[in-house]
Amino acid sequence: MNEFAFGLSLLLPELVVLSGLCVLLLLDLWISPSRRGITHFLALLTLAFAALLTLREFHVPGEVGKAFGGMFLRDAMSDGLKTALYLLTGAVFVYGRGYLAERGLWKGEFYVLVLAALLGMMALTSAGNLLAVYLGLELMALSSYALVAFDRDAPKSSEAAIKYFVLGALASGLMLYGMSMLYGASGSLDLASIRQAALDGSASPELLRLGTVFLIAGIAFKFGAAPFHTWLPDVYQGSPSAITLFVGSLPKVAAFAMAYRLLEGGLSPLLEFWRPILIAIAMLSLSLGNVVALAQSNLKRMLAYSNMLHVGFILIGLSSGTTYGYASAMVYTLFYTVAAAGAFGTIVVLSARGFEAERIEDYRGLARRAPWHAFLMMLLMASLAGFPPLFGFFAKILILKAVIGAELIEVAVFALIFAVVGAFYYLRIVKLMFFDEPAEERIPAPAADPAVRFALSVNALIQLLALFAWGPLLAFSLATFS
Amino acid sequence: MITLGHYLTLSTALFCIAVAGIFLNRRNVIVLLMALELLLLAVNMNFVAFSRYLGDPAGQVFVFFILTVAAAEAAIGLAILVVLFRNRATIDVDQLDSLKG
Repeated sequence: MNEFAFGLSLLLPELVVLSGLCVLLLLDLWISPSRRGITHFLALLTLAFAALLTLREFHVPGEVGKAFGGMFLRDAMSDGLKTALYLLTGAVFVYGRGYLAERGLWKGEFYVLVLAALLGMMALTSAGNLLAVYLGLELMALSSYALVAFDRDAPKSSEAAIKYFVLGALASGLMLYGMSMLYGASGSLDLASIRQAALDGSASPELLRLGTVFLIAGIAFKFGAAPFHTWLPDVYQGSPSAITLFVGSLPKVAAFAMAYRLLEGGLSPLLEFWRPILIAIAMLSLSLGNVVALAQSNLKRMLAYSNMLHVGFILIGLSSGTTYGYASAMVYTLFYTVAAAGAFGTIVVLSARGFEAERIEDYRGLARRAPWHAFLMMLLMASLAGFPPLFGFFAKILILKAVIGAELIEVAVFALIFAVVGAFYYLRIVKLMFFDEPAEERIPAPAADPAVRFALSVNALIQLLALFAWGPLLAFSLATFS
Repeated sequence: MITLGHYLTLSTALFCIAVAGIFLNRRNVIVLLMALELLLLAVNMNFVAFSRYLGDPAGQVFVFFILTVAAAEAAIGLAILVVLFRNRATIDVDQLDSLKG
């Protein structure tokens, strides 16, 4: 009995988010729409409280807490990633408020669904069992489907939602099929036991390999890596920008955690088998996504295709299978989610009533209209392109170093070439903003909410501050995975 | 005598039918939802067969979770389908092509 109670105390942040979303769901029925600020405030309070509880018992590297018989793991990786998830969710709330209010979409359900998806991601980062992986994944996915369809009167949103739903459900089905194979091979749902069974050879290698292939298909789908990327551009373009901001950033953190838990936590003895598969997916993403991104005229669509460049980098980091590889992949994931949140956040902030700042043309001459926003966007784009001394540069260096350390020189060269291709379309945005004449038509000025301005500035300036922070961040990640 | 192999063959067949149903079907989104349910049932059969074979109940517990999640998934899928039909007046897969690039 005591042991159960002890295990439960590890889940306090999850319990706070769960109770917070239940309270919000009920509370929102009672308060009038004019006082919806209360919901907004309480959602942020829930996040702050959960962050406080996570940080108060932050598990230092090497310390592992287990609850429910190893189904729920709490270690330095889960605590670190959860902290990042709280901050990013808070940013989604702050950026999205004005955008949603202008379009009549500012409802309590937005907060409830985002918090539910956050809960799913938190469960994923802490999963130590196939069942926990599946439940976390589905909680995240089902909430995201509903969020994409949030603007229920927009034909393109519902089209994006049905595509997302069908392909997402297919990916979960494939992943489940893989899980059933792992279960059949090893006789256990626990990832540590699966690893043990794979190590001592008691599990059938054919079944394990079959299961691994299906699991990787599911992981690649959640990352949006080629050839499982077809949903990504449509979902990014079709959903309201405030929702794209959410769907386009946070799930990558959860996907990284899931990939690490499954591939390293459960299937590390099969490294030689899954490494070439990951590299193949990464190379396909790098070459396909990048090239298509060059031809886009919609910024959200361009960011969707460019997502594949970054996912390719994360996957080759993972594929090295070393401590340095996982650490660099985690640093890269954090860099990419923060930068993507900033880029989509800028789109959200620059949009106004009746104007979606989502065409690349809309950024022509932005430096004259809104110099500060143009500067922030320039930082984000340059960082995504990998320019020194911004965060993206260090993140890319770390990945390349890890790949070279694992003696995969060809992969590093390939990735480097396509990173240069990626620089082209990012810099095109910078050129449009600073060197082109503004368009003739009147474009409304961005919203002047100081909280939004502050959050966006911090979000973009992190790219610059990383010059000082990437060393400690790498040291933390290395300690986490060693 | 029905062995584990028979069950696995059946579940693989169901799995293949479901995946074929998703990729070959170009007519109707409802058929897609049916194929997705079939996919989950194939997985369930796998889990139950392995669970019985291994003498380990965890697989059957997993099936209960899958059934519950499948119900939630069907609810969300049908809700999106209703919204889609109201906006577009069609659930034809071929006509869902307004997002391109």
